[in-house]
Formats: sequence, structure tokens, C-alpha cells
Amino acid sequence: MGEVMTFSDYMLMIVGAILVNNILLARFLGQCPFLGVSRRMDTAAGMSMAVIFVITLAGAITWLVQTYLLEKFALEYLQTIAFILVIASLVQLVEIVMQKTAPALYRALGIYLPLITTNCAVLGVAIINIQEEHTFFQALIFAFASALGYSLALVLFASIRERLALAHVPKPFEGIAIGLVTAGLMAMAFSGFAGLV
Amino acid sequence: MGLAKEFTKGLWQELPPFRLVLGLCPTLAVTTAAENGIGMGLATTFVLTCSNILVSLLRNIIPGKVRIAAFIVIIASFVVTVELLMQAYFYPLYQVLGIFIPLIVVNCIILGRAEAFASKRSLLPSIMDGLGIGLGFTMSLGFLGAAREILGGGTVFGLSVFWSSFEPMAFLLKPPGAFVCLGLILGLINIVSRR
Repeated sequence: MGEVMTFSDYMLMIVGAILVNNILLARFLGQCPFLGVSRRMDTAAGMSMAVIFVITLAGAITWLVQTYLLEKFALEYLQTIAFILVIASLVQLVEIVMQKTAPALYRALGIYLPLITTNCAVLGVAIINIQEEHTFFQALIFAFASALGYSLALVLFASIRERLALAHVPKPFEGIAIGLVTAGLMAMAFSGFAGLV
Repeated sequence: MGLAKEFTKGLWQELPPFRLVLGLCPTLAVTTAAENGIGMGLATTFVLTCSNILVSLLRNIIPGKVRIAAFIVIIASFVVTVELLMQAYFYPLYQVLGIFIPLIVVNCIILGRAEAFASKRSLLPSIMDGLGIGLGFTMSLGFLGAAREILGGGTVFGLSVFWSSFEPMAFLLKPPGAFVCLGLILGLINIVSRR
């Protein structure tokens, strides 16, 4: 990574991020909202929008912070603190801007927007960008594709859970337990994409 | 609640991640072997206890509006400490746990306890809370890691358990297996606690 990528290289990276190394089902990032938000389709869809927006922006800004601040002054060991502060401030900013410019969307997202700060997917994607030594543009594409993969898994899971709510599940397994087993089956389906890229 | 109660509640009633459904990301990812699970659990316990201590000491000084940001900074400092310590003294474990060590900073357990407990209670109960929940988390991770390691790889802590021709269920070591294993154990715990 780091060298010039052709268009097909980018397509491979996008397919890889969405299907093969799905950030939620293969890399295990972003679990808490996955199980908490996915009971209904509309909350899942709202969360997906917010997540795509935040992860893409955060991926770009943390890359800039790493290159022009941390590496410039040899402060790489402060990466965790710097990144999480960037993410927390970004989410705060997005909240404020959205409150003024799109109040209906802000109210629809409700509490899920501030919760994105603690979503491991955001910090995880930021760190992976640095580990894989992406260029700025690669980082942007990777972040966007990862977020798309997250949304895909979230929306699929929500549609399954809506039906699960009507099914006859044994009492001890209701809720999270059966949700986890379902997620396992989904992960198994997605792992069929391994070897595609 | 007595101090002992604060400690023991983390070991069963509010056992993460089963009864206190938080901190799922590391649970699923690092429990491919028992010692990885325990290593991650101990690192999280360290950060949780230290951050509980500091949050509790500063609880009357941090203004309400910026408290989440303040908690995050406190937690992040301890996570960087743990990162550097592990890189120096526990390098193989550091390599296995990989990206999930810096991700301790967004582990919902730590932020959740800071917000729900340490910011409202005095020092000693906060220490007990942190230690109890952290050790409970370590136990859960160790147990889940052992289950996946034994059934999925036929070893525990690196020692073979089954006879050499035994084909373990390698599915359990992969991501799908993690989900299924966690879901089944959660169901089992629900059965046990309903008795």
C-alpha cells in the first residue's frame, strides 16, 4: 500500500472492505450498537447513515492528524489519545451542525449520534488506515467502504431480528443470545467471500 | 452496599459481558485462546480500576457538560500506559491482541462504569467496583477463550487435551464460531440464573 493504485485495485479494496473483511462480521468492530440498535429497521437505517458519515470523516481527519501532527513531532505513541479526542470532537461538531441544519434527522437519530463516539468501528478504522499505510485517498475510500460494510451487516441483521421477534424462541435465548447465534450464521455466510479478493 | 458486595457483584450479578451486556468487541475477537482472553481481561481490569480511581477522586471537580470528554481523556491516558507497558514487557501478547489494546479506550464497560458509578461514589467503593467488574470480565474472557480453545483447537493454554487423532471443531476459532459460542454460553447462563 502507499504506491499508486489503479481503478481495479480500488475496486478490490472496496469489495474487500465490504464483503471479505467485513468490519463487523470479520473484524469484530462495532458490536455494541450492532446488538443494541438492530431491533428495528428504521433505527438500524438511521444509525447506518450516521455511522457512514462519521467513519468517513473521522478516517480522513485522523489520517491528517497522524501525518501532519504525530509523525511530524515523533509523538506516535499518543495516537490513541489523539484519535479518540478527534473522534469525540467530530461527533460533537456533527451533532451541533445537524441540530441547526437538519433538525428532523437529528431528532430521528436521537441518542445514537453521541453513542458513535464509543463505537469501536470508528477508532478501529482510523487505526487500521495507519497500520496498512494508506495514502490519504486510500484512507478515505477504505473508511467509506468499511462503513458501507458495517451498514450492510446492520441492516441485514435488523431485518432478520424483526422476524425473529415474531418467532418462537426458547425463553433463555430470547434477545441477545439468539441474536448472537444469528450473527454467527451471518458471519459464516460472509466468510464464504474469503478468497474472492 | 458493603465494600465486599461492590466487589462480588462484578463476579456474577453484573458479570460482563454476559449479564452486563457491554464490551462485546474484545470478547469476540481475543477469545481464540484462554491466555489471550485472560491477558486482555487483566489489561482491561488495570485500565478500569485506575480510571475509576481517578474519576472518583475528580468527581466533584469535573464540570457536568464536559464529563464524557474528561472521562475519555482519563481512560485514554491509562490505555496508552497499558499499551506501552505491554509493548515493553509482554510483546507476544501485545502482538496477538493487536488493535484491541488501543480499543480498550472505547470499551463500553470502562466508560459505562465511570459514568454510572465512579462519578457518583467515593474512592473505596469505586476501587472495589473496578476490580470486581474487571476480574469478572477476565473470568468471562478466560472461560470463553478456554471453551473455544478446547473445543476448537484441542488445546488449553497450549497443552493438548484430546488424543492426537481427534478433529476439533475449528469453526469455533473463526469469527462465526465466536458469535455462536458467545450466544450459546449467554443462553446457558440465562438458564442457570433463572433457576
